[in-house]
Amino acid sequence: MFEELTNQFEDAVKAFKGEAKISEENVDEALKQVRRALLDADVSLSVVKEFIDEVRVKAVGTEVVRGIDPGQKFIQVVHEELVNVMGGENDPLANSEEQPTVILMAGLQGAGKTTATAKLGLLLKEKNKKPLLVAADTYRPAAIDQLVTLGKQIDVEVFNLSSNLKPEEIAKKGLEKAKNEGFDTVLVDTAGRLQIDTDMMGEMVRIKEAVQPDEVLLVVDSMIGQEAADITRSFHEKVGITGAVLTKLDGDSRGGAALSIRKISGKPIKFIGTGEKVEALQPFYPERMASRILGMGDVLTLVEKA
Amino acid sequence: EKTRKGFVTDLLEKLGDDPLTPEVLDDLETLLLRADAGVSATDQILESLRTKLNEEVVEASEGLRFLKEQLVNVLEKPIKDSGADLLSPQKGCLNIWMLVGVNGVGKTTTLGKLASVAKRSGFSAMIAAADTFRAAAVQQVKVWGDRTGVEVIANESKNADPASIVFDAIGASKSKNIDLLLVDTAGRLQTKNNLMEELKKIRKIIDKLAPKANVESLLVLDSSQGQNGLRQALAFADSAELTGVILTKLDGSSKGGVAMAVASEAKLPVRFIGAGEKIRDLRPFNSFEFIEALLTVR
Ligand SMILES: Nc1nc2c(ncn2[C@@H]2O[C@H](COP(=O)(O)OP(=O)(O)OP(=O)(O)O)[C@@H](O)[C@H]2O)c(=O)[nH]1
Ligand SMILES: Nc1nc2c(ncn2[C@@H]2O[C@H](COP(=O)(O)OP(=O)(O)OP(=O)(O)O)[C@@H](O)[C@H]2O)c(=O)[nH]1
Ligand SMILES: [Mg+2]
Ligand SMILES: [Mg+2]
Repeated sequence: MFEELTNQFEDAVKAFKGEAKISEENVDEALKQVRRALLDADVSLSVVKEFIDEVRVKAVGTEVVRGIDPGQKFIQVVHEELVNVMGGENDPLANSEEQPTVILMAGLQGAGKTTATAKLGLLLKEKNKKPLLVAADTYRPAAIDQLVTLGKQIDVEVFNLSSNLKPEEIAKKGLEKAKNEGFDTVLVDTAGRLQIDTDMMGEMVRIKEAVQPDEVLLVVDSMIGQEAADITRSFHEKVGITGAVLTKLDGDSRGGAALSIRKISGKPIKFIGTGEKVEALQPFYPERMASRILGMGDVLTLVEKA
Repeated sequence: EKTRKGFVTDLLEKLGDDPLTPEVLDDLETLLLRADAGVSATDQILESLRTKLNEEVVEASEGLRFLKEQLVNVLEKPIKDSGADLLSPQKGCLNIWMLVGVNGVGKTTTLGKLASVAKRSGFSAMIAAADTFRAAAVQQVKVWGDRTGVEVIANESKNADPASIVFDAIGASKSKNIDLLLVDTAGRLQTKNNLMEELKKIRKIIDKLAPKANVESLLVLDSSQGQNGLRQALAFADSAELTGVILTKLDGSSKGGVAMAVASEAKLPVRFIGAGEKIRDLRPFNSFEFIEALLTVR
């Protein structure tokens, strides 16, 4: 695998040509290439800077085993560090002892919240759980219809009320229903909102207070640019997230947001969306994401799909 | 929105007539990168400023004026080349505007807003609901149809053929002498070959059935997107014969800097901007305003 990455980073590797070890002197040029790759992958600038500083410290003074050239070793250090930052192993969905487990979906407009709500509903159903989907987006035209349609597709019940009610009330009533009727998980779909929209962020906080979720998942479009940092920071500071779902990874975006989300919130990315269909949800694997961010493509995920 | 201060104004205040220093160039680099302008474009812009710096002692105000001018030119070029400063339907013939793009960028909402502008400007309009895939896509379009009083041609049966809906809608537009037919298409990632082929098919139907119509094929681009936006533009340009771009969600904190790359590399004019979820939140694109906002620090 590192050979492929080494090809990608030919210039970075060249920086070490003819030298036996990674040093303060020769690492700069290579780091420049990494910086560029990360920015091309839409990792947020502040995160890139921090990451580069950490890699510099790790790389300089790394013992280079005979037979491996410093260039390859360097790429390996970068890749490892990416994997480390993004969290090593895969994190599962919260499962509260006191039922029902409540999961709240949040994010910008069009990120994929409603779709992800249905996907998680299907995942839980397949694990013999009894989820209830709650339609708490009262703004977007036909948002409720959308969730109801998806609910039918996966044969999971959807709780919805008139869109004249406040989302926090709908969410609360949904939770009551779940408690009364023995649903073990409640998934609350919410309207898309900008992190700079104070009113809508306030509403998100009220929804959270109303249902006391075990999990608040920030749903982020993997095609997102530099604002990933600010979005994560705002949602985390104002609402408090427990994890994230990165969507639309079936495309060819490099998904640098994964690094930004993790680094800024400290919370894991739990799932990735890999298609429009309700089955297209997979656990997040930092290893694969690291390769993808560095420009190796999401080879493994594609292999798994085939 | 609190105190948004023009970066340029801010810099000018700080610098006065002091020369453009390497530190200022660094600040500029940060600003451009954070606006999603991309590494290559940013390097190019800074390089030309540096060259200028080496040739002569450049005062800050002069340097920044030069920079702004350059950026505006990038956006203006495809607009000038298109021969139309402002995009609007032509009277007396059928205009067909098709909105395409990846998932969730704002196609349907923008279509609703366009229907509203069209009506308010005295054009008759019709909507073809050619997203037959997304859950409740047709219901969503119908809400916009109701809001704007524009007729929606749809086929509710699951997985109906989008091209056949466009076929029906062109027929209906002709028989009712409609000025503007707006076509909503399903979101699709540019890497999905079969879905991109479907767009080609829709384009073929349009060209065959309405060879004399003014066809605009508009890519809806979400301003919060990063570098993938350029790939989208290039791929959709190929399959949908793009004629322009609409930038959405500029009411957010993103600057939409990828539009610079789209304008210069895909050579597409930006036509409208969306800045909100409401029916009136659509404006014609203005390069000067866009660049001023791009160079604004929050
Ligand atoms: N290709 C692909 N499309 C996706 C994925 N997840 C969601 N989508 C599509 O993205 C679009 C937006 O998805 P929604 O689930 O409606 O997004 P949302 O966040 O609920 O949107 P709002 O409620 O309007 O804020 C739809 O066309 C979905 O089919 C994914 O993983 N891959
Ligand atoms: N803040 C903001 N939200 C917008 C804007 N335009 C659209 N939206 C929101 O973005 C979300 C997606 O919009 P749609 O119009 O459904 O997007 P689409 O491209 O048709 O989505 P698909 O058909 O699923 O691919 C909705 O929640 C819209 O309200 C905008 O300019 N600003
Ligand atoms: Mg939704
Ligand atoms: Mg749509």
